[in-house]
Amino acid sequence: MLDQALSALLLQAGWNATLVALGAALLGAAAGGAGAFIFLRKRALVSDAVAHATLPGVALAFIVMVALGGDGRSLAGLLAGAAGSAWLGLLAVDRLTRRTRLPEDAAIGAVLSVFFGAGVVLLTVIQTMTAGRQAGLESFLLGATAGMLLEDAVVIALGAAGCALAVVLLRRPMTLVAFDPGFAASTGVNVARMDLAMMGLVMAVTVVGLKIVGLILIVALLIVPPVAARFWTERTDRLVAIAAGIGAVSGWVGAAISAAAPDLPTGAVIVMVAFALFLAGLLLSPARGVLAAVLRRRRFARRVHRRQGLLALAHDEPILEPLTRRLLRREGLLRADGVPTEGGRAEAAKARLDEARWAAMRARRDDAEAARYDGLTPIETVLAPDEIAELDRRLGPRAPEGA
Amino acid sequence: MGAGFVQLSLPPILIGVFAAVACALPGNFLLLRRQALIGDAISHVVLPGIVVAFLATGSISTWPMLLGAAGAAVVAVVMIEAIRRLGRIESGAAMGVIFTAMFAGGVLLLEQAGASGVHLDVEHALYGNLESLIWFDATGWGSLLDPAALAGLPPELPRMAGATALIALATRLFWRPLTLATFDEGFARSVGVPAGAVGFGLVVAAAVAAVAAFDAVGSIIVIAMFICPPAAARLMTDRLTAQVWWSVGFAVVSAVLGYVLAGYGPLWLGSRHAVSAAGMIAVVSGLILALAAGFGPRRKRAGENLTAA
Repeated sequence: MLDQALSALLLQAGWNATLVALGAALLGAAAGGAGAFIFLRKRALVSDAVAHATLPGVALAFIVMVALGGDGRSLAGLLAGAAGSAWLGLLAVDRLTRRTRLPEDAAIGAVLSVFFGAGVVLLTVIQTMTAGRQAGLESFLLGATAGMLLEDAVVIALGAAGCALAVVLLRRPMTLVAFDPGFAASTGVNVARMDLAMMGLVMAVTVVGLKIVGLILIVALLIVPPVAARFWTERTDRLVAIAAGIGAVSGWVGAAISAAAPDLPTGAVIVMVAFALFLAGLLLSPARGVLAAVLRRRRFARRVHRRQGLLALAHDEPILEPLTRRLLRREGLLRADGVPTEGGRAEAAKARLDEARWAAMRARRDDAEAARYDGLTPIETVLAPDEIAELDRRLGPRAPEGA
Repeated sequence: MGAGFVQLSLPPILIGVFAAVACALPGNFLLLRRQALIGDAISHVVLPGIVVAFLATGSISTWPMLLGAAGAAVVAVVMIEAIRRLGRIESGAAMGVIFTAMFAGGVLLLEQAGASGVHLDVEHALYGNLESLIWFDATGWGSLLDPAALAGLPPELPRMAGATALIALATRLFWRPLTLATFDEGFARSVGVPAGAVGFGLVVAAAVAAVAAFDAVGSIIVIAMFICPPAAARLMTDRLTAQVWWSVGFAVVSAVLGYVLAGYGPLWLGSRHAVSAAGMIAVVSGLILALAAGFGPRRKRAGENLTAA
């Protein structure tokens, strides 16, 4: 099983699996990029309505194709139906939001559930039509790559490549609109048209992803990569690129795992890979990660303990707190019996002088520099040497405790 | 309208009505608080909880599944909050990450469970099995007064009725704090209403409704009933009391009409097979919303002129 996954990962598992893996990676990249735009535009959940709205279109296309004498399984035909009803769903969200007092989230939820319900009704109609024969439309719910026809794989790979190309071509105006619509309009970008293109791109990704990821979980491929990318950068252009990368890796690895375990729904596997990458960012990101936050907090706590310990030494008070003792001993400032060493005495005197200078300065001033007092920042990093000399003159010769 | 109706259609219709009302009641407040999609999120995240409960107990029994679902809902709420705070991510996106990931996890677990050959699948979780909730012991309307026959009611019916009664009672009891905290949180706090606790309680009520309804009717109805009846009601009136009553009415009409259309509609059209009742109930609620959006007397935002638009 591991061998199979590995060979699919390295594109050695045959022409079909290679095409599916490439298609999934391209789809992931396009979804990550397009998702980054709607994430920045704060409309991530609109894509959920679009995705669920594809179901009645798929079912209707199947019924129409069967009625016309085909076997109803042409992927291109089904995807065309999906695009049609997704467009209607998008229109319905837009209408409800603009023409009535309902907020956008309510419109999204209403369209999502009603269109999906209509799709389920049509699916039961299809079950009675085919009378025992499996139409296989259920695979559009959660995605399936097992036993995919070559022509289907080609359709998906080409569609995904088209979406990825559109993301590359439209990245500048879309980033601009997503980040600051007002500024974008002032530079001559047609914001309404860009919004429409953005939603069109989301729709295209959704429709192409139906067969691989499935309509229930495709929204994850649009939402998770941008949120995961947000941990690694503060810049929009990089956000789009990183999100596309995370999406591509999720699609690639997910498709490979699914090639080795054909019973698992491909969509769920791909989403779990994306979620694992998200968790990695949440834990390990240097700026916003949990680990970094814990380390920062620990470092801060140690600095406070060290400083308070030194001040206690300066005032000849015993140090009872175990962490403080341990920290000072490790630095060689304190002996095992709690008596300061030579170096410890020097550091303590320095801390006391610093504290006294700060007190003298804060007694006189009430400005931004004085507000930087936190009991940790050495005053040398805030004031110039001549200002410190002036403070020392006020404190009097060799009498820091006078303040 | 004889024995066959009481046996085959009455229990599913009643369960559908109770489920619809139980979801529509908290839905009103969620809608006004801009949290309409919480119902959607909850109905996704309960899947792993139910599957874990199933894997742990090895059987499809009610109480472990309800507990598992409730546990999953709590885990989801905590994780969404953690991501929002730790990663400084906007709440809609945080919700999207968690509910899709948990649903995907549930689907994968389900495949493991499916290997053991027990009937529990994704389609069941989505569409429910409303049509199969049949009252075998009923022989006619008289069975409603017959204790022996009543004992044979599908267990989903009393459970759903109980959950609905509980939620209706809670809505009545906490009406004042709920309204205050929904419309003006700052004012609510200043007169001593614990707005945070009220918001949390509302989410818990929504979770109870979703979990109870989920098992009987599937998640489509849950999501549709959380949103469509309250949204349609919102377009009918400006007063909250009236809105809640409208939404209950819409929910009941959707459930009854949806079930009847699904069960009997195809017969009228000459087909022998019924279609999905859960899907049809959602569709009817959507049609009601569409009518309200087109003709509801209060469909515009305050200040917009109805005739000019």
